[in-house]
Amino acid sequence: MASTFSMSAEGLAFIKKELTRYETPYSAIIPSLFRVQAEHGWVPPEAVVLLGKTLNLPEAHINEVLYFYTMFNTKPVGKFHIQVCTNISCAMNGGRELTQALCKHYGVEVGQTSADGKVTINKVECLGSCDTAPMMQVNADSYLENLTPESAIKKLKEMGA
Amino acid sequence: MQVKLLSEHYDKPEFQTLGGYERHGGYVVLAKALKMDPNAIIEEVKASGLRGRGGAGFPTGTKWSFLPKNGEPRYLLCNADEGEPGTFKDRVMMEKAPHQLIEGMIMSSFAIGCKKSYIYIRGEYTDSLRIVGKAIQEAYKAGYLGKNILGSGFDHDMDVYSGAGAYICGEETGMISSLEGLKGQPKLKPPFPAVQGYLRKPTIVNNVETLAAVKYIIRDGAASYRKHGTEKSAGTKLFSVSGNVQRPGTYEVPLGLPLKVLINDICGGLKPGRKLKAVIPGGSSAPILTADEANKVTMDYEALAQMGSMLGSGAVIVIDDSNCMVDMLSTIMHFYHHESCGQCTPCREGTGWLNKITHRIAHGHGESKDIELIKKVSEQMMGKTICALSDAAAMPAISFVTKFRDEFETYIKKGQLGAGGAAHA
Ligand SMILES: Cc1cc2nc3c(=O)[nH]c(=O)nc-3n(C[C@H](O)[C@H](O)[C@H](O)COP(=O)(O)O)c2cc1C
Ligand code: SF4
Ligand code: FES
Repeated sequence: MASTFSMSAEGLAFIKKELTRYETPYSAIIPSLFRVQAEHGWVPPEAVVLLGKTLNLPEAHINEVLYFYTMFNTKPVGKFHIQVCTNISCAMNGGRELTQALCKHYGVEVGQTSADGKVTINKVECLGSCDTAPMMQVNADSYLENLTPESAIKKLKEMGA
Repeated sequence: MQVKLLSEHYDKPEFQTLGGYERHGGYVVLAKALKMDPNAIIEEVKASGLRGRGGAGFPTGTKWSFLPKNGEPRYLLCNADEGEPGTFKDRVMMEKAPHQLIEGMIMSSFAIGCKKSYIYIRGEYTDSLRIVGKAIQEAYKAGYLGKNILGSGFDHDMDVYSGAGAYICGEETGMISSLEGLKGQPKLKPPFPAVQGYLRKPTIVNNVETLAAVKYIIRDGAASYRKHGTEKSAGTKLFSVSGNVQRPGTYEVPLGLPLKVLINDICGGLKPGRKLKAVIPGGSSAPILTADEANKVTMDYEALAQMGSMLGSGAVIVIDDSNCMVDMLSTIMHFYHHESCGQCTPCREGTGWLNKITHRIAHGHGESKDIELIKKVSEQMMGKTICALSDAAAMPAISFVTKFRDEFETYIKKGQLGAGGAAHA
């Protein structure tokens, strides 16, 4: 559970390095939160306590940053966090139908995680790849573009989802 | 029709690496720039007529000359947050030609006397972050960054910084807050960043495309750069074209090109049997053009302003007759409501109302007063807030309900899909 939260030695070393990389230690917060998320899938409250100590910054401030930016997961997500763009150009080219097809395939609603903890599906705003609509991003990986429901499911299967 | 300065080598995968970039003349212009008088570079950029490619179109050389004329430390921030729906040209450049951006940034930094710059890249662009990060390392190893660059005595350090999912961090003062490790909330201007920006130091914020264009202005000279484009809209522009065209993508054309040439000749026109209905010419904040207007307009700052719209980020979204305008506006309003940072009441409340009203119309629960209500709410959101996001939400709302009023009325009367009728979720 979250109460046993810990980071890898490399993760802690990364954070300490970020602390001196920028003009102000505050700039290390965003990269550190990304690191926590890369190791843990989401950012639990215990991680904020740890970061507060490691960065020597107030937890309240770290929480402000954490809750401001949408890429940080403040609740657990599935191993595969599927983020489908449903902004204008993607909506015009089947982004919503793609979302529905994926929800049906994995038996979840938008915003939910599958019972086995494998898959979470969310709609996101324009990801800046409108010429390859519809498209999506899984976790923080390279974009999956020019999708159809079938090709998306096929690619996800290949990734193990 | 296409004029490729910035995008000349986009088709060559090797252009992504330092070796490939150097084989096509990479960093030769930097060597030339470092031998120039820094003020002469600023004058050349002024003479070129280059205007900011991030959205507002402010003259770049003029912005640079607002910096204090003393030795005070200053920063250059490259805005690679690219969140305006429809826009993707900065990502394409960072992935295909990262060194071109870096080279443009080093000479710009030299011109303004800046020793440290950042490229602030939106967090979702993990490929861009990786590619640009690697290119910066290559540039350090080759001596294009660091101490005494190419023996010129000029020192410069550059780093990347990742955003974390917030459109508002594309607004220059929001970006500064974010880089300072705070919530990405915009700050009241004045003071303008050029006087007091990042860590209260003088700061220039420029878009990816703006900084890359500097390289070509110095390479060819301002007069040569001005041969492209119009008197007031000089040079070439990268357009991100998406929506219902046969060949969506990034295209570099001289400013002033007729929009219909871009759509029909360069992007292959619409799908067979479809008719043009509307075009968003400069990203989701730009007021929409009807098909008639789109067929008449040229793609430059002045012509689009005259049509009541704007060039914005150069994101062209082409809309055919299979789409429903009510549905589309509700998508756009959802976006602005989601992205408002909440500091200013007119923006926080206004985007909430616009989202609510457009969604109730789209779902068949519109009321006869709703069209006027959208206009009234929008008018109250304009010119009253810390940053321009509020206006960016209000302007398209007014344009949609004014230019496609019939469609909104049909929805409200019948409580169902209007012309075209794309399914809405
Ligand atoms: C809400 C909002 C979002 C913006 N997003 C971006 C963006 O993603 N990229 C960008 O370059 N400029 C963006 N801008 C414009 C910047 O504030 C700024 O004017 C620009 O980066 C200056 O660079 P330029 O002069 O080279 O265009 C945005 C402005 C607003 C009000
Ligand atoms: S206008 Fe909106 S986005 Fe801009 S500062 Fe105010 S509340 Fe934030
Ligand atoms: S609208 Fe989906 S990537 Fe831009």
